[in-house]
Amino acid sequence: MSSSVAARGPIDCDLHPVVPGLKALLPYLDDHWRETVVRRGIEDLTTISYPSRNPLSFREDLRDDTGRTGLDAGTLTRQALDPLGTRLAILNCLYGVQAQFSEDLGVALTRALNDWIAREWLDRDPRLRASIVVPMQNTEIAVDEIERCAADRRFVQVMLLVGSDVTLGRRQNWPIYAAAERLGLPVGIHAGSMYRHPMTPVGWPTTFTEEYVNQATAFQSQLSSLIAEGVFAKFPALTVVLMESGVSWLPAYLWRFTKFWKGVRSEIPWVSDPPPSIVRDRVRLTLQPFDAPPDADSVMRLIDHMGSDEMILFSTDYPHWQYDGSDPLPAGLDKSLCTKIMEDNPLRTYVRLREREVVA
Amino acid sequence: MNVEVLPRAGAQVSSSAKLAIADCDIHPRTKGSGIGGVSASLYPYLEKRWIEHFQTFGVTYRQPWEKGSAYPKNQPLASRRDAWPPGGGGPGSDLAFMAAQHLDPNNVALGILNPLGVGQGATNPLASDALARATNDWQVAEWTVDKRLKASVVVPYEDAELSAAEIRRCAPNKNFAQVLLLSRTAEPLGQKRYWPIYQAAAEADLTVGVHAFGNGGWPNTAGGWGSYYIEEMVGDAQAQQALLVSMILEGAFEAFPTLRVVLVEGGLAWAAALGWRMDAQWKKLKAELPHLKRAPSDYMRTNVWFTTQPIEEPEPRSQLAEAFDWIGWDRILFATDYPHWDFDDPAHALPIKMTEAQRQAVFRENAFKAYRQG
Repeated sequence: MSSSVAARGPIDCDLHPVVPGLKALLPYLDDHWRETVVRRGIEDLTTISYPSRNPLSFREDLRDDTGRTGLDAGTLTRQALDPLGTRLAILNCLYGVQAQFSEDLGVALTRALNDWIAREWLDRDPRLRASIVVPMQNTEIAVDEIERCAADRRFVQVMLLVGSDVTLGRRQNWPIYAAAERLGLPVGIHAGSMYRHPMTPVGWPTTFTEEYVNQATAFQSQLSSLIAEGVFAKFPALTVVLMESGVSWLPAYLWRFTKFWKGVRSEIPWVSDPPPSIVRDRVRLTLQPFDAPPDADSVMRLIDHMGSDEMILFSTDYPHWQYDGSDPLPAGLDKSLCTKIMEDNPLRTYVRLREREVVA
Repeated sequence: MNVEVLPRAGAQVSSSAKLAIADCDIHPRTKGSGIGGVSASLYPYLEKRWIEHFQTFGVTYRQPWEKGSAYPKNQPLASRRDAWPPGGGGPGSDLAFMAAQHLDPNNVALGILNPLGVGQGATNPLASDALARATNDWQVAEWTVDKRLKASVVVPYEDAELSAAEIRRCAPNKNFAQVLLLSRTAEPLGQKRYWPIYQAAAEADLTVGVHAFGNGGWPNTAGGWGSYYIEEMVGDAQAQQALLVSMILEGAFEAFPTLRVVLVEGGLAWAAALGWRMDAQWKKLKAELPHLKRAPSDYMRTNVWFTTQPIEEPEPRSQLAEAFDWIGWDRILFATDYPHWDFDDPAHALPIKMTEAQRQAVFRENAFKAYRQG
């Protein structure tokens, strides 16, 4: 299939196609796994990161009769792309395949999920792109899956969850970064978890609110891991995108990291550049949710603290409820910055979005 | 030693340090590491049964090593190279030397003592309790004889009932200014199992200080264990955010409106963004939290303080003052972390423009208010 896209319009870097249920993936599983899923009564893999009935999981005004939305490409494009004149949109499917404790089952479901995304979504609308969902249970197989999917150039990114089994910077994960770099794919780290560990370093939270608020701290720790282990030094062409991270924690986080880097950098001698410059060059963050200060004046002060106007990538986080009304851009952002966020920054970040003709 | 110590021509009083200050994080140390991780200097305060226990079984924590920290520090005992007392003993173990090196030259008018490594979070809560009681008696007998210094009630915080009993035992002694917890607990600190501690502290009008670190048994990230000391050090800001979120969202400040919490050594610049995030989510999810009567960030403004060390260092430094504006200058307490390696010198640690009132507040007045001193 060949398609061309509009020359202008925002590029939405984080939307979520919703899997109606495991039944939808059955056509993409082989006989053994189809039978396994049916016989063992595995119905759904929605995780506690985004429970189905939770106010945050679906915007109230977009829900259908079942209380959900975004279950098919037509609905998603009508609700999220058409109103904003969106040129391109990157689908990040959040569907618990990474949380399977069985590596075999996890891998089978992940492959099916990626095929489902290609057939049921990317084939349906030329504006859609997607991230490759990765079986985080096994690095070697993750690399295979990245290579398999990357042949379809509508897959523009590798997606990992912020709640991993081992910290993402650890060397055992490096083959994933090597593959991503080689194939021109940024590595996007999205909120969510394999749930091998609690969302906080002090144990399991009580409420969903507590869990979700703490997702931002998980991003902070993973960024520490990626920097400290030397991922950015080892893979100079790799870009990391933090998705649905909250954004506004970044400056204060970097101030603290930099202070300790000055003090104990002998422990990590490969981190030779100041951490803020590494992050400004190599890390990007999707816009929503933007945990903004309450006053517009402070918003630009915060942007100033980030030290770069190239880091934020436009996103609606559809269908999650992050903002009301029709404008995903927080009040207080300069107009020129908005243009960068909506178009320039995404195009610079994603090599494959710059390809005008995409052949699947 | 494999690191040179800068030669210093005696202790010097710099001009900006002349202001009498409050130092909200000073670490007194028992002399020697002792058998089984308990210094013999605590023996006068321990029952024979416990001395024998520690000599036989030692103190164990939820981390691998019999001796030393989970992540090796960057310096021996994480201390300044010049902080070893000439008369022997580890850094912070000699009151006279501490006074000569730090309290006198830096004009410390109020110093909050935060003993570490004395059984907090030990796997055996009874052992933790025995060590806490001994440490508290030791502080009063050997440290608060210097009237500038105030002790912390060390508690076996994983057992809230024992902790509350110890708080009630110590509270009548006005040499204590706070109850001391560590941040890396077994569960988030807002959970009800810890509430007896807050109830006892609130009744005694004692601040609850939560110092960085400890061993709660959980990985230090939602994605597993970090590899490096720097990840642990940076990461305590995430642990402090998590415990603060827990205390606020669980309603600890609704249940104990007079509870005062001081977060120690976990950074503070993050507090602004955390407040924005909590408020934004609370607006959407408040049906889950009917016990909250105010926006989450509001409780930070009334019940929570932050110590400065290790103060964040943005470039340009003026951004730190903007962060203080967001957090509230009345929430910020100066601390040095003496005698640790990342000591913040009061003469140099806050190179930002401050009004005289702001300077007085951060370096002194806020602490006197938060700790109910003077």
